Amino acid sequence: MTTVPKRRPAPRAGWWARTPKAPYLFILPYLLIFLTFWAWPIISSFLMSFKDSRLGATAPFGLANWSRLVQDEFFRTALRNTLVIMIIQVPLMLSLATVLAVALNSKLLRAAGWFRFAFFAPLVVGTVAYSAVFRLLFNTDFGMVNRALTGIGLPPVDWLNQSGPAMTVLVLAMTWRWTGYNAIILLAGLQGISEDVYEAASIDGATPTQQFWKITLPLLRPSLLFCLVLSVIGTLQLFTEPALITNSGPGNATMTLGTYLYQQGFRSFNFGYASAIAYTVAAIAAIFSVVQLRLFGRDE
Amino acid sequence: MTTTMQAPKEKAGVKARDRIRAFWLHLALIPLAALFLAPLWMMAVFSTHPESAIFSANPPLWFGGSFGENFRGLQADTNYLRALLNSVVIASLYTAFSMLLTSMGGYAFAKFDFPGKSWLFGLILATLTIPTFVTIIPQFIMIARDMKISNTYWAVILPTLANTIGIFYMRQAFQTVPTDLLNAARIDGASEWRTFWQIALPVVRPAMAALAILLFLASWNDYLWPLLVLTQKDSYTMPVALGTLIGLTRVSWGGIMVGTAIATLPFLALFLALQRHFVAGIAGGAVKD
Repeated sequence: MTTVPKRRPAPRAGWWARTPKAPYLFILPYLLIFLTFWAWPIISSFLMSFKDSRLGATAPFGLANWSRLVQDEFFRTALRNTLVIMIIQVPLMLSLATVLAVALNSKLLRAAGWFRFAFFAPLVVGTVAYSAVFRLLFNTDFGMVNRALTGIGLPPVDWLNQSGPAMTVLVLAMTWRWTGYNAIILLAGLQGISEDVYEAASIDGATPTQQFWKITLPLLRPSLLFCLVLSVIGTLQLFTEPALITNSGPGNATMTLGTYLYQQGFRSFNFGYASAIAYTVAAIAAIFSVVQLRLFGRDE
Repeated sequence: MTTTMQAPKEKAGVKARDRIRAFWLHLALIPLAALFLAPLWMMAVFSTHPESAIFSANPPLWFGGSFGENFRGLQADTNYLRALLNSVVIASLYTAFSMLLTSMGGYAFAKFDFPGKSWLFGLILATLTIPTFVTIIPQFIMIARDMKISNTYWAVILPTLANTIGIFYMRQAFQTVPTDLLNAARIDGASEWRTFWQIALPVVRPAMAALAILLFLASWNDYLWPLLVLTQKDSYTMPVALGTLIGLTRVSWGGIMVGTAIATLPFLALFLALQRHFVAGIAGGAVKD
C-alpha cells in the first residue's frame, strides 16, 4: 500500500481517465432495467393520465380523466371499500402479529419450532392458491366454516352473497395470509431488544403486562412502523383476493381500487383513465406514509 | 445465612409462576395455531376427494383416494404440467438474473466511491414506496405493444428484474465484507470482476440464499402481471392456470385443490426444512438498524 504514490494524476489526463469505470459497469445492467421498466413507467403513467388513450396517441393533454375520476361513482365505491378493508384489517393484523411475535419469542414456549411453522406457513402460500381455498371454505351451502357454525348451534352465514360478510371473508383471508409475515419482522425487531432492559424492569417489579406496554412496544416502534407502511401500501393494491374470492361482488360490494383499475385498464383498455386511478393509489400511499412517519416515526 | 436460604425459595416461586404463565401461553396458542393450519390441512385433504365428497353432508377430514383422478381432471382442463414447467422456468430464470443484477449493483453501492453514487442511490431509494400499480400500464404497453413479447418467459421476467428491495438487501450484505479482503485480491492482480465473483460473492452466500428463496417465491406466486402478459393457455404460469378455474363451475373443486396443493406443499416442506433461511431472509429483507 505504501508504494502507491500520493501525487495527483497529470493535469493532461482528462475527466474520463480519472473516473473509475468498474463501479459503473457493475451498476449498468441493474440501471438499464431499472430505468426502462420501472423509473420511466412511473413518469409515463403520469403523462398518460392526461391523455385519452381511446382516441390514440395524438389526443391532446387534458384533465378529462381526472375530472371523470372525481365524479365516478364506481371509483368512490372502490375507494371506500379499500379504505374500509384497510382500516379494519391492518390494525387487526398488526395487533395479532405483535402478540404472536411476543409469544413466539417467549422463553416459556415449548416446541417453538412447530408454533413458528404453524403461524409462518401461510406466508409461502400464493394468493391464488389461498384464495381458492378460502372460496371453498366459505361456500354458503357446503363450506367448512358454515358446517362448523351450524355444528356449534349458530346459524350459517351467506358469506359470499352479502356485502358485510363478503368483506369479512376478505379481512379474514388477508389476516390469515399476512399475519405471519408481519410477525417475522416484529420477531426480528424483538430479538434486537437487549435482555438487560427486561431484567432491570423485572428487578424493579414490573409485571409482564407493564413490560409489554412500557418496553416492548416503544422499542418495537421502528419495526411496527415498517409493517404499517408496507401493509397500507399492500392493501391499497389489493387485487387477487377480491378478484378470486368474492369476484368484486356481490354487486360491487367488494370492488377495490385494484380490481377497478384492472377493469378499466385491461377490460376496457382505457389506459389513460386507469393511469389516473393508479396515480390516485400512489398519492394515497404517499399521504399515508408521510402521516405514519410523522405520527409514529418521531426519532428517525 | 438468611439471604442464601431465601434465594432458592424465591427461585421456586418464580418457577411456579412461570409454569402457570407457560400453561396459559400454550392454552392460547394451540387453538390459534390449529386455526392457522386448518386451511392448509383442508386443502391437502380435499385434494384427495371427489367434489361430491367435499360437498357432502359430512365433508372429509382425512385423506381419500381420488388424488390421481382429480389430477387427471385438472391436467385435462388446464394443461397443469405445462403451467408448472412454465412457473419453474420463469421463477428460476427470474431468480438467477435478478440475483446477478442486484448483487452487482449492491456491490458497487457498498464497496466503491464514485461520482454520482449518492444521487443514483437516492433515485432508487425514492421509488421504494411507489406502488407497483403505477407502472403496470406503461409496462404492459411496452411489453405487449412495443416489444411484442407477450406469452414469452421474458415478458413475465423483465419488468421486475431490477427490484429495489434486492439491491438494498445486497448492499447491506456486501457492507459486511471487509474492504481489506478485496484490496488483497486486487494487489494479487485479480481483475475487478474476479474480485467480485471469487472473493466478495462467496462471503455473502448465506445472505444470497435467503434473498434467492424470497425472489423465487415472489415470482412463483405472482398473479396479476403474468395474467396480463400471458394470454395463451400453453404460456400460463401455475397461478394463472389456477385462476382461470376458480370462476368456473365445470371444474371440480377436488382438481382445484390438487392444483393448490401441488403449488403449495413443496414449499411448506422446504419451509419446514429451511425455516432459518426463510425467517432470516424475510427479517433481513425488511428492517436493518
